[in-house]
Amino acid sequence: MEIFSSFWPWYVTGPLIGLYVPALYLLVNRHFGISSTLRDICAACIRPSARYFKYDWKAQRWRLVFVAGIAIGGFVSGGTLATAPQGQVSAHTLSVLSSLGVKDFSSMIPADLFSWGSLLTLRGSLLIAGGGFLVGFGTRYAEGCTSGHSIHGIATFQRASVIATLCFFLGGLISTYLLLPFILKL
Amino acid sequence: MVYFIVMLLGMFFGMILTNGEVTSWFRIQEMFRFDSFHMYGVIGSAIAVGAISMLLVKKLGVRSMQGEPVVIETKKLGKGTAIGGIIFGIGWALTGACPGPLYALAGCGYPAYFIALLSAVGGTLVYGLVRDRLPR
Repeated sequence: MEIFSSFWPWYVTGPLIGLYVPALYLLVNRHFGISSTLRDICAACIRPSARYFKYDWKAQRWRLVFVAGIAIGGFVSGGTLATAPQGQVSAHTLSVLSSLGVKDFSSMIPADLFSWGSLLTLRGSLLIAGGGFLVGFGTRYAEGCTSGHSIHGIATFQRASVIATLCFFLGGLISTYLLLPFILKL
Repeated sequence: MVYFIVMLLGMFFGMILTNGEVTSWFRIQEMFRFDSFHMYGVIGSAIAVGAISMLLVKKLGVRSMQGEPVVIETKKLGKGTAIGGIIFGIGWALTGACPGPLYALAGCGYPAYFIALLSAVGGTLVYGLVRDRLPR
């Protein structure tokens, strides 16, 4: 069972993810994508009166089952891997992050930035709640995320998805080089 | 039965994301700093395998489990694709997670990511409320 308690290389991870594109078409004849579930959750649990949320989310119930499964899968793997040290991450990245103020490198998520305590700080709430908000707002505005656009969209040769992906990266670069150094000092 | 398989596929996906370090905040930083091939390898090979398998599906005329022909869903290109894309990208680098990993990390038990996921739902809620006023 060691294979489940170790990190997998990109050439195993990537192809397995790629297989989800045909798998979901063959199983439910719908495209692989995750961000639409954020809309489903709003429609199902909050039921806002805006037109955007008035659609037959129940017909796509399989998506909510899918992401519930993702959470369970994270639980299964996370238990063993959550505290694995990050020695395989580039030394350059780690040293730059250290100079920007990141202190905890003992697991895949820096505990000094992402914890209950950090939520009470401006820095933590910007990273966690601010960042999360932008993910939810932006993916729906773009009508897709890295799964729907970058993987499914590009694999099916869609121009909109190539553009979306380039913009995802542009946003990430703006954040990494301009926003993060500033936020980490708060 | 289909729902059971979907649940299993979802579980396996959560494991792939975690074991493949797609959920690692550090790996995402590393990606945006171009310090390693790892994430590019993951995304690139995912696209390649997705593309090849879909071409095979089309060529062989494979049908869905319900017997229907596979219909590829197309994405519309609009101003939102770019503006929304940049907004999402900004959030992606801050949280280190895109939507899939948000679910996986919440499942891992990180309290911060429960909040990040809730905030993402909040972001979608606000988008839905203001979208008529946004350039699209």
